[in-house]
Amino acid sequence: MLRTLACLLIICAFPMGAVGQSLQPILQTHAAEVADPSRGSVSVVLDDLVASGLPQVPTFLERWSDKGVWQNTADGQFYYGRTDGDDLALTDIDTGTQTTVDRAGYTELRPNGGVRRVIGTALVQFQLSDPDLGRRQSAIDSIARRPDADQLAPLLASIDGEPDTALRARKIQLANFLSASFAIDPADRIAAIDSLSRDTSIEARAVLNQILTTRDVVGTDTPDGNIARILTVGTDITADQAYDRLVAADLAPAAIPSAAVRDALAANITDGRVGGIPTAQLNTEATRAQAYAALADRGLVPPRLTEEGRAAAIAAHVFAEVHTENDPAITDAARAALSSVETRVAAAGFADLTLDAMSLASIYFLAAIGLAITFGVMGVINMAHGEFIMMGAYTGYVVQQFVPDYTVSLILALPLAFAVTFAAGVAMERLVIRHLYHRPLETLLATFGISIALQQLAKNIFGTQARPLTSPGWLDGAWVMSDVIQISYIRIAIFVLALLFLALIVFILKRTRLGLEVRAVTQNPGMAASMGIDPDRINMLTFGLGSGIAGIAGVAIGLYAQVTSEMGANYIVQSFMTVVVGGVGNVWGTLAGASLIGSLQKGIEFLNPSNTLAAQTYMVLFIILFIQFRPKGIVAQKGRAAAD
Amino acid sequence: MTQGFIIHNRSVMWFIGLLGLFTLLVTLGSEAMGTGVISTSLVKTLGKTLCLCLIAIAMDVVWGYCGILSLGHFAFFGIGGYAIGMWLMYARTETIVTESLARQVIPPTPAEVTDAIGAQIFGVVGSSDFPLIWSFADSLILQLLMVVLVPGLLALVFGWLAFRSRVTGVYLSILTQAMTLALSLYLFQNDSGLRGNNGLSGLQNIPGFESTPQATISLVFFWGSALALGLGYLLFAFVVGGKMGSIVQGIRDNEARVRFLGYRVEGYKLFVFTLTAVVSGIAGALYYPQAGIINPAEIAPIASIYLAVWVAIGGRGRLYGAVIGAALVSLLSSWFTGGGAPDVNLGFYTVQWTDWWLVLLGVSFVCVTLFAPKGIGGLFDYLIRKPR
Repeated sequence: MLRTLACLLIICAFPMGAVGQSLQPILQTHAAEVADPSRGSVSVVLDDLVASGLPQVPTFLERWSDKGVWQNTADGQFYYGRTDGDDLALTDIDTGTQTTVDRAGYTELRPNGGVRRVIGTALVQFQLSDPDLGRRQSAIDSIARRPDADQLAPLLASIDGEPDTALRARKIQLANFLSASFAIDPADRIAAIDSLSRDTSIEARAVLNQILTTRDVVGTDTPDGNIARILTVGTDITADQAYDRLVAADLAPAAIPSAAVRDALAANITDGRVGGIPTAQLNTEATRAQAYAALADRGLVPPRLTEEGRAAAIAAHVFAEVHTENDPAITDAARAALSSVETRVAAAGFADLTLDAMSLASIYFLAAIGLAITFGVMGVINMAHGEFIMMGAYTGYVVQQFVPDYTVSLILALPLAFAVTFAAGVAMERLVIRHLYHRPLETLLATFGISIALQQLAKNIFGTQARPLTSPGWLDGAWVMSDVIQISYIRIAIFVLALLFLALIVFILKRTRLGLEVRAVTQNPGMAASMGIDPDRINMLTFGLGSGIAGIAGVAIGLYAQVTSEMGANYIVQSFMTVVVGGVGNVWGTLAGASLIGSLQKGIEFLNPSNTLAAQTYMVLFIILFIQFRPKGIVAQKGRAAAD
Repeated sequence: MTQGFIIHNRSVMWFIGLLGLFTLLVTLGSEAMGTGVISTSLVKTLGKTLCLCLIAIAMDVVWGYCGILSLGHFAFFGIGGYAIGMWLMYARTETIVTESLARQVIPPTPAEVTDAIGAQIFGVVGSSDFPLIWSFADSLILQLLMVVLVPGLLALVFGWLAFRSRVTGVYLSILTQAMTLALSLYLFQNDSGLRGNNGLSGLQNIPGFESTPQATISLVFFWGSALALGLGYLLFAFVVGGKMGSIVQGIRDNEARVRFLGYRVEGYKLFVFTLTAVVSGIAGALYYPQAGIINPAEIAPIASIYLAVWVAIGGRGRLYGAVIGAALVSLLSSWFTGGGAPDVNLGFYTVQWTDWWLVLLGVSFVCVTLFAPKGIGGLFDYLIRKPR
């Protein structure tokens, strides 16, 4: 510790003080200020203490601000003290000798909050070179929270001695922020500001905005100082705002609102008349203005400003924004840096939006692909698909009740969810859908009946409150690329899962016997049957596969959203849109549909961030229009298969 | 000619007769007539049920006769409700505001009155300005026109777009569902101008009839609903009974063949879709003053699917089937979920119908679709032997 401190002090070019020298004499020089410090006077003491370069100084400052320093009332000597009943355990500031005395002869030093803050700032420069990484970190954090001109020199000084690479980079960044705001030489400031133009962090933008802070100025002439811009009334600010500023600057009388006019009229009724006008006629603005003018003529109320008067008052003044920073070169540099930063931020924001859209698209893809398979192959609309998603999610929840390790339970839940929903899908196909193959609309309704029954069953079993499906610890958190671009690990995992399933389904359809038969039944069931393929079996397996994937999607969705009995219903319409927009009976179509809907939704949300409901409304409207122009979806089936 | 039409359609005669008898019985039993056998809330429930029957026959015509499974007719129902609700809410708030402002010494200006009404109505969504769609809210006649025009125009534009590009079957169902979803999502927004998810409330208070007891008002609305149902039934029986009905049913059975015979299929479909949308709007306008409140949840896609469920259970392709389905299922539904049905104790588990009604409905719906595609109405085929 001593070596580090000494090192720091050499670099700081502070006056060297011999190690082992006493602190007490310096304190005694300023005994009055130390004993009863005030915010104004304490800096003298602190300057001397810091200038002394004694190793005891940081400890003293800490103890001082923690109310751990006591003074002997008789001889005025200072000690570290800790009360122990009526006794006081004293430690000598320089030698560290411990004694126990009666506390009666000593008083505790109690610096107030303002003083403690000043002491804290002085302490920071010592903490910046503390051998403990955590303390250096917290010192940096405290500077970042409350940047101050005084901290620049010690911060710069501490950079070279910093062993930790990450913290060193952070110190350089912070030093840049501080010199951009507080460096004495304008050239230094401009250099620092220019270097900020490559930094997209929120802090850097805050620093630049801080430099560009303006205040509103109003006057009869163009104001002095570093003018940001002159405001044109009507385009930059409205006439009302302009007049409000005049009133705020005491350059014009306050406007009298119509409610005040009415109250003034009500207060001045004489014999059922106001200003000679019967009260019954005061139900229009015109008669009220007339009556008020009559009252004003008699001096009973302050005169009301006319439109012309108001316009003249506004025209006679100049409204401007003036930089608080006086040097135009610096504000120009900051403005240039900020615009360059904003370009970078916009580019990064677009990248972030793309990531969001991709993650949403992969969720829609997972939710819709099962539906696309059953719809495409069998022409069957499965309204209970959403409930299969829900069943998958609840399977995951139940598994977590029995297997406490989240990673293991997730690995177990995925195949289990597939098995459960596969079985449910096969059962549904056998019991209901098989009988309705030639009545697609009735399939829609029958599966809807199953859907409401399943939803209510889930409600009866698991209750109406949302159940958590906790993700394993390694999926917590987010991958942060910069302050603008970040994506949570769960979303990345879902994205990977979607890719896996895309590959798996394409493999099954294109490279396996089952896939061949499925495609044959899709294209022409009659011909497929005469070639020895059993369409019943294929239909059953396809339906099971589609439902099983819904179950897996349920686990994935449950990981980042809450598991409720209605969660499936929230995805069903979106899934239908995905399938219909993408084109029926084609995996790539579903992928295209999911990407389109995902990016569209994120894009609209970006344009109108406050209102996700509006985003969804516009999206649905867009889809309705889209289907007008491509009724068969993005990837349309061709040939005979597309006949109906 | 109309007389001949009724006489040739025995089922219409039976239906009108039964409806008239039912109305008479309810009137005699109502509190307004002093007997009080039927409570006012029950009269309201029955009146609402008649409105649901009206939209159900509209649904039956568009689905059971024309083969368009629309999952959007409840949206038209809701629009009708909102249109009348806007006037009811505006007029009533205007009465209240005028009364309270009249106590002031200085009489209010028209702008002040409007501002006060706006603040009163839109305060819940943090606004006080009247949105553009409320421009006609002060006029009953214009709002009544809206009840008919808005659903009609929406159906016309939507149907024209959809039928023109030959969207049929399940695609059309999903498209109509998307329309309903878009509408309900729009209405859920606070800045939609229709009070977001608060909806419109206090609709049971009819402006100008503040002193009339609810017993009388509910009975009048019941009469109105019965009249609308009777007229709607006649209208639709007329539409599906004649030559046009044959074409429409032909479209249902094989659209391509009808087109090849030279008929403009799109025109017929569009006519049926729009007409039923208008009737749905009227049904909604009668329903919501009896319900007292309308909010966007009423328009959610699920409501339109329930409508299809009613018609399917009652029996498609016959108007009285739709009436039976709607009346039976909606009344049973309120009986079961309202806690009126007794719990069934199985010894190891007590079946509470509030929890299990939807399961029962879903399962019985599947069964009806599988085993009785003609629905309950199909039973009449066994009772009445058609003259050959």
